[in-house]
Amino acid sequence: MKKNKYNELYGGIVVILFWYFLHLFIKTNIIPAPYKTIKNFFEIFLSTLSIHLLVSLGRLLIAIGFSLLLGTSLGIILGLNKNIDKFIKPIIYTIYPIPKVAFLPIFMVLFGLGNLSKIILIIFIIIFQIIVTVRGAVVSLSKELFYSVRSLGMNKFEILKHLVIPAILPDLFTSLKISVGTSTAVLFFAENYATSYGIGYFIMNSWVKVSYIDMFSGILALSLMGLSLFKFIDLLEKKFCSWVEKA
Amino acid sequence: MIEIESLRINYENETALKSIDLSIEKNNSCAVIGPSGCGKTTLIYALAGLIKPDSGLVEISGEKLTEIREDTGVILQDYGLLPWKSVAENVALGLKIRNRKNNIIKQRTKEILKELKIYEYREKYPTELSGGQKQRVAIGRSLALKVDLLLLDEPSSSLDALSKEKLQDLILRIYKDRSLTFILVTHNIEEAVFLGQKIIIMNDGKIQHRLDNPYFGEVNLRNKMEFYKKCLEVRNLMDAGVSQ
Repeated sequence: MKKNKYNELYGGIVVILFWYFLHLFIKTNIIPAPYKTIKNFFEIFLSTLSIHLLVSLGRLLIAIGFSLLLGTSLGIILGLNKNIDKFIKPIIYTIYPIPKVAFLPIFMVLFGLGNLSKIILIIFIIIFQIIVTVRGAVVSLSKELFYSVRSLGMNKFEILKHLVIPAILPDLFTSLKISVGTSTAVLFFAENYATSYGIGYFIMNSWVKVSYIDMFSGILALSLMGLSLFKFIDLLEKKFCSWVEKA
Repeated sequence: MIEIESLRINYENETALKSIDLSIEKNNSCAVIGPSGCGKTTLIYALAGLIKPDSGLVEISGEKLTEIREDTGVILQDYGLLPWKSVAENVALGLKIRNRKNNIIKQRTKEILKELKIYEYREKYPTELSGGQKQRVAIGRSLALKVDLLLLDEPSSSLDALSKEKLQDLILRIYKDRSLTFILVTHNIEEAVFLGQKIIIMNDGKIQHRLDNPYFGEVNLRNKMEFYKKCLEVRNLMDAGVSQ
């Protein structure tokens, strides 16, 4: 645990040093000094940044939560039921590699310019990864393990609770961490259009206004949001998958 | 205790069991031996109620087997332990599923862990244990349920020679201490002779020979010539079966 903390501290220092180096080397306003940016970040956090951050976080959490619920359920159904899998898997694997971010204009037409189209875009992008991961984890469970728990008299619900769900958790957490990165990037893109709230809007609006220090404060906020979500998933993973570390 | 009549089980394209007839009395042990793919594991699955026969009948304690039976314990080849549950949680799992009270689960789990000498590993996960220790956890999970029939599928196949003998001694001790009936599937001749009161030799989905083993349960059996003579008899019958 301590080692991890030092690793993070080390990572943070290197990034800030690199940032400072770029600031000194490039000598343009587009990369403001770390100290000035951090100071500005705290100054505008309560009045401006926090509102944009909350809006973005809300969109992100709704999208991730929905994808998780639907993707996990579908992944489990496909993994457990060969007949359904036979029909659905080819469709999923065909859509999975398509760059779905290009569908944003269509979603805007179909679901309006508000939050819904942005949330649906993120869901559309990350849900396939969750389905594929969960399905894979279920399929890799041995037949003997199912026999073993059935021999104890477990019903279908108990098999889900004691066998299937714990078995998919490590892969699901990995998939979630990747999804957080992807969905933050997608959100940034989606918030560039038809909205006046959200950290993506704030960054691009600051850029347009040539307020680079605000823009960089926004980038810092977006990075911290992604990092916090990542760390939160890490904590959950440590709590629920402690057995993996000992394997 | 167990009556099997004309049992036939087909997998998709092949017949795993072809008309098996077998009778095993209560508190007896039976070792089923045969080459890989002879249908012995399928027989265990059928007795456990895990797979349904295509035809024929399995009766346990006078009742036709139609589903998983509460008093049957099954120990599978790869132990069947859940990697995300600790040793104690794995042993307690069957009791939990049967909705036993928490204090009874705790008490019973502790007794079993101590009896099988795995109490000190109670907090560990299965991946932290040796093969022999894992097998004891799997046995403990069945014993905690106070089963009257124990089905073991090649319990020592992945163990080294010394751990194999220790496990066989443990199974024999459990059998002697409790009024159990057990059926053991193995491809190890010495294990079959050491643990089988009745030895069934299978080949190609059929029972080829049935032998009674009068030396079963004798003290220091492995040091006696009769044991090895019986092993040789089983080997010769198996070799004859394969060359047929």
